[in-house]
Amino acid sequence: MSTSTLVIGTGTANTASVLAGLQRVGAAPELTRDPQSVREAARVVLPGVGTYAAVRATLDSEGASGDSLAAAVSDRIREGRPTLCICLGLQLLFEGSEESPEVRGLGLIPGYASRFLGTDRVPQLGWNAVEAAADCEILASGYAYYANSYRLDARAPGWQLATTDHGDTFLAACERGPVVACQFHPELSGDFGMGILERWMAAAREQEVKPC
Amino acid sequence: MLMPRVIPCLDVRDGRVVKGVQFQGLRDAGDPVQLAAAYQEQGADELVILDVSATPEGRANAAETVAAVREVLALPLTVGGGVRRAEDAARLLNAGADKVAVNTAAVERPELLREMAERFGAQCTVLAIDAATVEGLTGAHGPWEVVTHSGVERRSRDVVVWAREAAQLGAGEILLTSWDRDGTRSGYDLDLLRAVSQAVSLPVIASGGADTPEHMADALKAGASAVLAASIFHDAHTTVAAVKDDLAALGVATRSVAEMRS
Repeated sequence: MSTSTLVIGTGTANTASVLAGLQRVGAAPELTRDPQSVREAARVVLPGVGTYAAVRATLDSEGASGDSLAAAVSDRIREGRPTLCICLGLQLLFEGSEESPEVRGLGLIPGYASRFLGTDRVPQLGWNAVEAAADCEILASGYAYYANSYRLDARAPGWQLATTDHGDTFLAACERGPVVACQFHPELSGDFGMGILERWMAAAREQEVKPC
Repeated sequence: MLMPRVIPCLDVRDGRVVKGVQFQGLRDAGDPVQLAAAYQEQGADELVILDVSATPEGRANAAETVAAVREVLALPLTVGGGVRRAEDAARLLNAGADKVAVNTAAVERPELLREMAERFGAQCTVLAIDAATVEGLTGAHGPWEVVTHSGVERRSRDVVVWAREAAQLGAGEILLTSWDRDGTRSGYDLDLLRAVSQAVSLPVIASGGADTPEHMADALKAGASAVLAASIFHDAHTTVAAVKDDLAALGVATRSVAEMRS
């Protein structure tokens, strides 16, 4: 199995920040838009930033023999292979979003992203709490940087959850083995975020040494 | 609960940090990478880099500066200066920005905000407004008009009306600089902050005039979600950590203080 770390080039993401964050924890990440590479890589990151419709369109762009980034990422996650989804990347795992009602998500987790309600300022931009459940192995409790107008309810059956509040309680992150999805930006969350990236890299290494 | 942010700002020209008063008389204030690393260490919540280069050559250097800062920075970075098209924003995101600020180009072509928001999302689209007080103007929203080109060009556009329009077009944050207060250390323009933050539900970053933690606490009470400062940090007049300690004593909890207590 390959030992590479690939970041999906969505065309709208804060690519340099994600690459720098991964380099800080010892990875040598590269950008890709090739579904086959996404299938083969040891680790894959689906970065945030962008609108639901814009990034979904990129994921649907076809690779060789009718394959797509959307299919490649979905298969990795179903198979429990090391994958990190950030911000919009988390939202795309669900069924859809109020941001682009005409577009479907990957549908790997039930639920729809909806816009923040209430009187708090939107987008949520800044540092907010992460409250990780005790059974989380990669996620932890602390403070992280969020940049989002839409959010998911704190429900993801079969996943370990972390939650936070902005007007009401919502999903801060979820993990299932070496698959981690964060509404916040670990690459922008100082030492706290680096800790998550480090543990994710370590979990991926553990999986590598297991016989397939 | 979302915490207020303390944001050091680096005005960069030809690869160096500069600072003036009311955007004029720029003097050298240091190396951007060294300052960025120092502010991160001190507990800054985010950084802003504004490219104030006057020439295309300077603009090309700005992307290199952003890339060099990103190598040392594990914090959010907003970059502005010279962004005229969504493609310029994409270039800055590829260099190391997380949010992109637009100012003059959006005043001249407001659709730019919609184009950026449709591609990158509102949370990535920052509108910078430079607001100047107009003598004798007592409009419905106060005496502020939009200025561009370092305050040289007055645009006869009401600041509050512009902020509201920008929010509808898709801006996700407003970086609100008081041109009257910039570099003067006389405190933020609190009336301006109140007027804009009541008019829109977007987060507003207070800018222009910061000297003391009391000024920052006042700006947050007036409705700002974040406080930006340049001179006080560049001159080692104080540190981000000292400001955050003082804010805590004034009853304003920020990230580092909260982390220390958790």
